[in-house]
Amino acid sequence: MQDNLKSSSYQQLEQKSKYTNMFLRWFLYFVLILFASYFIFPLYVMVVTSLKTMEEIRQGTLLSWPSGLNFDSWAVAWGGRGYGAGDTFLKPYFWNSIKMVVPAVFFSTFIGAMTGYVLTKWRFKGDSWVFLFLLFGCFIPFQAILLPMARTLGALGISNSIVGLVLVHTVYGIPFTTLFFRNYYVSVPTELVKAARIDGAGFFKIFFKILLPISAPIIVVTVIWQFTQIWNDFLFGSTFSFGEAAPIQVALNNMVLSSTSVKEYNVDMASAIIAGVPTLIVYVLAGKYFIRGLTSGAVKG
Amino acid sequence: MFKWLEKNLPKIVMAPAVGLIGWFVYGFVLWTLYISFTNSKILPKYELWGFGQYEKLWASRKWLISVDNLLVFTALFLIFCIVIGIILAIFLDQKIRAEGVLRTIYLYPMALSFIVTGTAWKWILNPTLGIQKMFIEWGFENFTFDWLVNREMAIYTIVIAGVWQSAGFVMALFLAGLRSVEDEIVKAAKIDGAGLFTVYWRILLPMMRPVFFTSFVILVHISIKSYDLIVALTQGGPGISTTMPALFMTQAAFHKSQVGLSAASAMMMFMAVAAVIIPYLYSELRRENAR
Repeated sequence: MQDNLKSSSYQQLEQKSKYTNMFLRWFLYFVLILFASYFIFPLYVMVVTSLKTMEEIRQGTLLSWPSGLNFDSWAVAWGGRGYGAGDTFLKPYFWNSIKMVVPAVFFSTFIGAMTGYVLTKWRFKGDSWVFLFLLFGCFIPFQAILLPMARTLGALGISNSIVGLVLVHTVYGIPFTTLFFRNYYVSVPTELVKAARIDGAGFFKIFFKILLPISAPIIVVTVIWQFTQIWNDFLFGSTFSFGEAAPIQVALNNMVLSSTSVKEYNVDMASAIIAGVPTLIVYVLAGKYFIRGLTSGAVKG
Repeated sequence: MFKWLEKNLPKIVMAPAVGLIGWFVYGFVLWTLYISFTNSKILPKYELWGFGQYEKLWASRKWLISVDNLLVFTALFLIFCIVIGIILAIFLDQKIRAEGVLRTIYLYPMALSFIVTGTAWKWILNPTLGIQKMFIEWGFENFTFDWLVNREMAIYTIVIAGVWQSAGFVMALFLAGLRSVEDEIVKAAKIDGAGLFTVYWRILLPMMRPVFFTSFVILVHISIKSYDLIVALTQGGPGISTTMPALFMTQAAFHKSQVGLSAASAMMMFMAVAAVIIPYLYSELRRENAR
């Protein structure tokens, strides 16, 4: 009875404020679209600039429309101009990044999954301390490990190589991947595992037959997170590699900063788009998982 | 033997992670800490030298400028990210049409690297052909916008780009927080005559305290570590006017052969992060245990 009363007076209230609401909603959309244009503005500028010739850039403004679909600067950014020395272009570095990202994502995800599995389903005394021990690795400022890492890579003979970068990214990805899998497996009922153990299933059988088949969502979250982090990394790439072994972000920065000739903003923008497109595609296709990684990791480094 | 293996299999499987983190995180941090107490130049030396590097660090004009820049950047970055993030989250929470599209637009910068966005912003903010020219062509003939090459103002261009990159993330955190609040609470408040503004200001935002806390920690963490964006946008210039601790550290370590000094600066950064993170981890763990 009282509930009915409440909801009917609530409806009246809604009616009364209908007209103020109209105004408010227009204001709401105005502000939201204003911010949307602020966020979209740089992307728009990048795309139109990359399609212009330098002549058009000098004559027009940031927002002006290109005269046509001119992909010349894209071709230069990707494949160079065709002369020898000093011709830097992104193609080889793009492949460097792929060769670095794929194994690093695989290893760090695998190690994280196994560790998360042990920490939740094979609990032992002090396991929460082990988790805390690993978790702290999410937060350290990497400046505190750069010097010894450079020396270690040198001692192992893998400085300035893709292998070295794979090692670095695998190691510093482990705290995050462990966090993801641990938090996911915590919610899987332990009874399932216990029953399987009574039936005589071993450690690996339980993992591959019971946990792995239900892990698809968290694997997607982890892979996207690691892919984005490693693809976008600049600190490790620029510290531990140079020249031909550099990943794409380092190459992009070098291309943009090299001031040998006249600045070619159209080529710069095309290069920046090429370096950003892989993660952007992943974001558009799997935004839901990307956001889940961001908010559950919530400790972005 | 086989029995032992079977019994300890879980621990053996976990050993790589613990070993790698123990060595590459804890071992390395301790090594850096030790080196910060030595007089290492090009190569590490292992004789202890006391607090000399820290004294040198805090007497260095460049370091003081980078700390100053870090404080200015962090304060503005925090304020703008949180204010914009909250406004967007609250507005998006009003059963907006095309919410998904707007959310995607607000958050996409998070998917890009700071080098990519830094490159874009550098082009947009450049004084000759960028925003300045756009306004002049629009008829504002005396419009000048030279922050990127202006010693006093260059640090604010980094704020502009940093806020653009991270505000959407704060929006996502707050939107998730607002969505987790029971509808009944809002309805009850409205029946009691509270307007929309009061509902948010008095009831919902105070409930978002943990989200404020999380955003604060993450944003401070991002700003202490900020390196890529500065490299791409200003390289610490003009002069050294936009240098920051992370840039100071890598330059001292890899360009100036001041290994001991760079270790000391790295430890200062480490302590700054720890001062924010340890209380956060502590409160998170307490919350989890209380559940």
